[in-house]
Amino acid sequence: MKITAKDGLLLILGMAVVTYLPRLLPMFLFSAEKLPSLIKRFLDFIPYAVLTTLIFPEILSSTAHPGSALAGGFISLLLAYYQNNLFLVVAGGIGAVFLCELLF
Amino acid sequence: MHIPFLSRRIATADPRRQDFFLGLRDGFPIALGYVPVSFAFGLLAVRGGLPPWIATLISLTNLTSAGQFAGTNLILAGASLLEITFTTFLINLRYLLMSLSLGQKLAPDLTLGQRCLMAFGITDETFAVASVERSEITFLYMLGLIVGPYLGWGTGTLLGGIVCTFLPASLQKALGITLYAMFIAIVVPPAKKSRTISIIIAVAVGVSSALTWLPGLRLLSEGWRITIATVVACLFGATFFPRKEVK
Repeated sequence: MKITAKDGLLLILGMAVVTYLPRLLPMFLFSAEKLPSLIKRFLDFIPYAVLTTLIFPEILSSTAHPGSALAGGFISLLLAYYQNNLFLVVAGGIGAVFLCELLF
Repeated sequence: MHIPFLSRRIATADPRRQDFFLGLRDGFPIALGYVPVSFAFGLLAVRGGLPPWIATLISLTNLTSAGQFAGTNLILAGASLLEITFTTFLINLRYLLMSLSLGQKLAPDLTLGQRCLMAFGITDETFAVASVERSEITFLYMLGLIVGPYLGWGTGTLLGGIVCTFLPASLQKALGITLYAMFIAIVVPPAKKSRTISIIIAVAVGVSSALTWLPGLRLLSEGWRITIATVVACLFGATFFPRKEVK
């Protein structure tokens, strides 16, 4: 898909602004005690929920074939559960996809 | 981490400059950690069709991992400005809490411009280091802390983008899994420790699958699917698990 340079820069600017605002505003606006605990809890969960919805089901269309993506995802999952080493998890996933697509 | 030449500088410098060098020292390991991750980002963005300089510009203006990965994915998928900014905003909401918490520890004499610059450098990692290492955060300390990670993040992206153009096609294809493998590596260890987080993840997978495959719902675009699934999972969590687990 092709985007014009102007549209592209506008999108990047939009992303930059919404990334910066949550960092900036609290420095002036509120103090941590005033936030209701339900909202704090909601915010606690966001990283996990967002990352999960980013992973699934999109991971299935990230490689040449859903089967190889599933294999790569599964190997990464196992490595993440037992090893907790970012580099290993990523390298294992890529290796599994590469092998799968070579063999099948 | 002990870096001899920096420590010697710290001992001789005046107290204000000393803060800057302390920050530099604390930021060094973060910078090293950022290089491979931003390298992967550069690879993916360029593989998806962006020129390396645009990928680097994204890194230098956003300075965040999940948010800019997701935003860039949506740009490549041709999503609308509203979808892209809303999804990115949602992912970045966690910075509200970090900035809030860091705001309580700031030195009292900061100017507006200094606060704005410090806020820009808040990431998961700089936040963690600054809040653990310092009881009062000065401008120069934070500045020193940010410089290394910022340069590492930008340089890694540029290198990844340039290297991508030289990789054979078969390897490039396999690299499509990189981003997802990275997310798995971030999500799984906390889920292993907390039953609540595992449940949130299960809910998110369920809602996300429903929105992708159920008739009628699958017309939703990707950005809204991510937003809705995230909000439902977090609301579910905040409602049924309102308190932190006691370990």
